[in-house]
Amino acid sequence: MVIAVIVVVCLVAGLIFFAGGTLGLLRFPDFYTRLHPAGKLDTSGALLVLLGLAVYQLFPLTLGSVLTGLKLMLIVVFIFLASPTATHAIVDAGFRAGLESWKKGDPRR
Amino acid sequence: MDDFFLGCGLFLVGLMFLSLYRGIFGPTVLDRMIGVNAIGAKTTVLLILIGVLYHRLDMFVDIALAYAMLNFIAVLAAARYFQKRKGLDEELY
Amino acid sequence: MKKNAPEQPKLDLPPIEEGKGSASPYVATFIIMLGVWCLLSGRFDAFHLGLGVLSSALVSYFSADLLFSGPLTGRTLRMAFGFLGYLPWLLYQIMLAALHLLYLSFHPRMLELIDPQVIRFRSRLKSDVAQVTFANSITLTPGTITIYVNFHRDFSVHAIDRFSGEGLPGEMERRIARAFGEE
Repeated sequence: MVIAVIVVVCLVAGLIFFAGGTLGLLRFPDFYTRLHPAGKLDTSGALLVLLGLAVYQLFPLTLGSVLTGLKLMLIVVFIFLASPTATHAIVDAGFRAGLESWKKGDPRR
Repeated sequence: MDDFFLGCGLFLVGLMFLSLYRGIFGPTVLDRMIGVNAIGAKTTVLLILIGVLYHRLDMFVDIALAYAMLNFIAVLAAARYFQKRKGLDEELY
Repeated sequence: MKKNAPEQPKLDLPPIEEGKGSASPYVATFIIMLGVWCLLSGRFDAFHLGLGVLSSALVSYFSADLLFSGPLTGRTLRMAFGFLGYLPWLLYQIMLAALHLLYLSFHPRMLELIDPQVIRFRSRLKSDVAQVTFANSITLTPGTITIYVNFHRDFSVHAIDRFSGEGLPGEMERRIARAFGEE
């Protein structure tokens, strides 16, 4: 029962993060600011959702379920390594292409 | 519990369609890339949710890991490719 | 064409350490590779473990210098443990800043709140690993993205509003310096 509560809380929090990331991706005014929610709220959301699922599938406790939980954590580690790199690659491409940053008062692009 | 996971998966699919808006109508190429990257990040999580729903998580975890790596490499390659283009914001339709 | 090329100004680079003469990078790479193999295969009979040992040995023979550029010393171990001790604080910061970004993106008058700006500062971290960790930590903390780091350790950081950018470099740099033994 306690496990179910933990799982539900983790998943709902993760989904709220995902929703915030998508909403920010749609609402923010320019390329640089859109990168903030897209690249990182998604990372936090994936961490929470995968953590919840890892806890959920850990019971009954066998060698296989522990291995699967470790693999889920491996995916989280990979996402935390890959996401900043991908974000940096995209922002670098935009910066070198000379995209202008949005200033206060400009129209939405 | 399965119904809850199904609801989570459907919610994620809805978010992916919303991100697809940025992928299609994004004013520059890089905006589209952000949209596609966001869809890829959600797909990784969605694959694991599907694995939980089908009770075959041990198999779907490997698929999700491979998908995450492919998505990462695709974004890196696309970013390197578009880095050389000047004037991305004056794109013609 | 190549003969007339102007001479490049000499940079004060530290000499590149060759990992030769020491077996420790190979052993460490082998152990890490075998651990990942066991995790991913999930079968522990003799055949699969034998394949794992064989392929881990091959990979560590060919590419140990990709993972560790010099012989392993006690300093490397201390850095690894320092990094592990730094992770919980980083996770806490990520969650705090994610909540702030969540507030921004759900706010109805979001356009009045955000104020994108580029912050430039010079870091005092010396080693490459510390700089990479610092740059990736900045990017992982929502609200700030590292645009580039140049040879002179100048960081350019894009911050989404004043609140996100005002803490830089500050405490994060201090904690990384402590974790990697550069106090």
